[in-house]
Amino acid sequence: MNEQLVTSRRTFLFRGTAVVAGAIFAARRASAQAQSPLAGSGPTGMLGDPGAAGRAQAPTTSGDNDAAIQSIEKRLRCTCGCTLDVYTCRTTDFSCTYSPELHREVLALQAGGMNGQQIIDAFVAKYGEQALMAPKPQGFNLAGYLLPGTLVAAAGSIMLWILSRRRVRTGAELIPVEVHATPEELERLRAAMAEGEGG
Amino acid sequence: MTLLGQFALWTAFLLGIWCAVVGFSGRWRGRPDLSTSVIRAVYGICAALLVAAACLWKALITHDFNVEYVWAYTSRNLPTYYVLSAFWAGQKGSLLFWALVLSIFAAAAQALSSRRYAALLPYVAAVTSAVVAFFLSVMLFAANPFERMAVTPFDGRGLNPQLQNVGMTIHPPMLYLGYISITIPFAFAIAALLSRKLDTGWIHAIRKWTIVSWLFLSIGITLGMWWAYVELGWGGYWAWDPVENASLLPWLTMTAFLHSVMIQEKRGMLKRWNLGLIVGTFMLSIFGTFITRSGVIASVHSFTQSNVGYFFLAFLIIAGAFGFTLLYTRWHLLEADAKLESMVSREAAFLFNNLLFLGIAFSVLWGTLFPILSELVRGTKITVGPPFFNRVNIPLGLLLLALTGIGPLIAWRKASTSNLRRQFIWPVGAGVATAIILFALGMRDGYAMLALALTGFVAGTVSQEFFRGTRARRRIHGESLPLAVVRLVGRNRRRYGGYIVHVGMLIYFVGFTGMAFKREREATLKPGQSVELKSPYGHTYRFTHVGISQYKALNRIVSAATVEVARDGKPEGVMTSEKRQHFTTENGAEVPSFEPSTEVAIRSGLREDLYIVYAGSVNGTEEAVYRFTINPLVWWIWFGGFVLVFGGMITMWPGDGSPMPAPARRTQAGYGVTLVGAGEPS
Repeated sequence: MNEQLVTSRRTFLFRGTAVVAGAIFAARRASAQAQSPLAGSGPTGMLGDPGAAGRAQAPTTSGDNDAAIQSIEKRLRCTCGCTLDVYTCRTTDFSCTYSPELHREVLALQAGGMNGQQIIDAFVAKYGEQALMAPKPQGFNLAGYLLPGTLVAAAGSIMLWILSRRRVRTGAELIPVEVHATPEELERLRAAMAEGEGG
Repeated sequence: MTLLGQFALWTAFLLGIWCAVVGFSGRWRGRPDLSTSVIRAVYGICAALLVAAACLWKALITHDFNVEYVWAYTSRNLPTYYVLSAFWAGQKGSLLFWALVLSIFAAAAQALSSRRYAALLPYVAAVTSAVVAFFLSVMLFAANPFERMAVTPFDGRGLNPQLQNVGMTIHPPMLYLGYISITIPFAFAIAALLSRKLDTGWIHAIRKWTIVSWLFLSIGITLGMWWAYVELGWGGYWAWDPVENASLLPWLTMTAFLHSVMIQEKRGMLKRWNLGLIVGTFMLSIFGTFITRSGVIASVHSFTQSNVGYFFLAFLIIAGAFGFTLLYTRWHLLEADAKLESMVSREAAFLFNNLLFLGIAFSVLWGTLFPILSELVRGTKITVGPPFFNRVNIPLGLLLLALTGIGPLIAWRKASTSNLRRQFIWPVGAGVATAIILFALGMRDGYAMLALALTGFVAGTVSQEFFRGTRARRRIHGESLPLAVVRLVGRNRRRYGGYIVHVGMLIYFVGFTGMAFKREREATLKPGQSVELKSPYGHTYRFTHVGISQYKALNRIVSAATVEVARDGKPEGVMTSEKRQHFTTENGAEVPSFEPSTEVAIRSGLREDLYIVYAGSVNGTEEAVYRFTINPLVWWIWFGGFVLVFGGMITMWPGDGSPMPAPARRTQAGYGVTLVGAGEPS
């Protein structure tokens, strides 16, 4: 047995060098493979702890990025109690189970041939007026939309009216006072006022 | 320690009752011993609440889970800075925080106020102590932070992951500081009404307090926007949520006051209006607290529903009735010293500015309460969300922006045609030039163009004011340009600090406008797959999903999804968005404590932010669902906040706050003389 293991020094060095060179080459090749850009669809490994990565998501569909769908969903309120619209909720609160369902409902109604307004009307019919992110501007709701602007306009008009009357009445009260000053002094006064006028 | 905490709360409460009863009754007049006693009671309340706060902090730090509050908001593995900030994370702790800070402010108001206001200070002590006593009564009878549990759990429930953010360690205290400090101006206003000392003395006494309140509110609101942006992951920063609205309301009325008070100081006008604004601002700060804590209106911010809402409602009604009744009874003492003479004057511009601030405040309040009103009137539940608020408030906001530029250009008292021409030509030119440039660059969004053109106009106004002031200094004193600018601001901090605040607001508006050009896209990507998104500036971003790694860190398991970013084919590095599953300990085992939270990947720049959200994985694999968003100009909002705070600090910097005698102020406003034969006054 001992004789079989005996190797000359030259053979040992040759074989050793070959093994080390091979190992370095293999390692470099593996490293090069790992660093190469991942093109197209690469390997999709399983997560070690899928539960820690949140609720499982459905793959995105073309409807998810449809501007018309997004526009409709931004007008509809999610029913989970979050106060957000359907689009914002489904793209923010990834633990919500309501907004993805409502999104599918919108997609189904659109696929059924409804336009945006019809989809919104269908939601109102099903979930009530609170399904809308903002009430329809009709009936009592008009008070909600118009009152702030109307009050500001009315108050502004009254102020303008009072001020325009007061201008006529007080115009004569301005009493000019004669000041004896040289043009240089007046110029300095103007400059000082430009600098220090209270604001 | 909790026993000591309880004792401290009761001590502070009884001192508060004593102080309020003696202070309001006026029995201290002619009794220096009682007057001293009232003021010392304020310091006593502060000391007692410091003890109570120390007790709660100790319970938090030592993980005393027998205290219900400690168990509900912390856990053993929670980082220490979040353990400390858990003090204000829940209802009970935040009530103690409120009372503590108010007692500190009340003590500071007594210690720092000039002896000139000695006649007001016992009344001020009475008001602040009554408010502190109210908060203490809520704690002692409904929400006690030292409440103990029947058994001691091994670990706590932990802090909501969304509150485990540096923004949440700063944002709530800042907002509370704003809300709470409003009590001091309110106390001085009530003191002035009770003592019938209704000259401008109380205005001078509260000047810095009002700016402090306004600054804290501004910082708190901006930090809240920042937190919502970086933490909530919806790509926005303002959702017109009732609690957000509640913080905006006192800010709006306080801002109106900061403008209208100048008219009272310079012309002795708007006395009733200013008192009404201060009382109203205080009411709105309590209203905001009521909204947050009552659960009467659905909000993502609300604390757990409890009966403390009734306490706040009762306090709101009593304080409002007391304040406004007192104002009514002193109405005859609040006659204006002068009258507005022209609608083309700075006074009138300030009046219209106040009208718009109040109009916006009303529309925000109206929209917040409209669902309740609708249900009462029609029996129908409705939602009033961002589309409503945007439709009502954007036109009013743009009008206000225009007035920001118009006000400083109009002379006090009455402006002549030539004065207007001379003042407006450059700012209007800047606004028109901005609009033309934007149109030439291809912008077609009407509101955005109008907002940016008005921004150009206001920037023109502010620049002109700085230019003329600096030129005047250089002409008179022969100073160099930098020195002239520094001295110009330094010598008139209030005016030029105010202009810097206006610049901050302009920067905010630029940031807000950017949201009109937001781009977003959802995509499901396997490792190596890419998706492209075009920015509003015409660049094409390419996002390549690299993979997902999972690891344990501190008190959570992190799932980190990494994306390679390239702009127009040029690599821009990688960005990582995370899902975080927090855990706590139960029976020696680690168990998930909340739903997994999302950490957004944000790359912020002057022009745009890249905003990547990892929504989750498909079937537990590395195939990831992402939302990619390009948010233009968001950075400007945070920068605007810095500028605004900088300007605010200049206006309140000590050393230049001595009140100018009324006649001098009026002379400065152009009431002393009319120059005959000297052409138009500048």
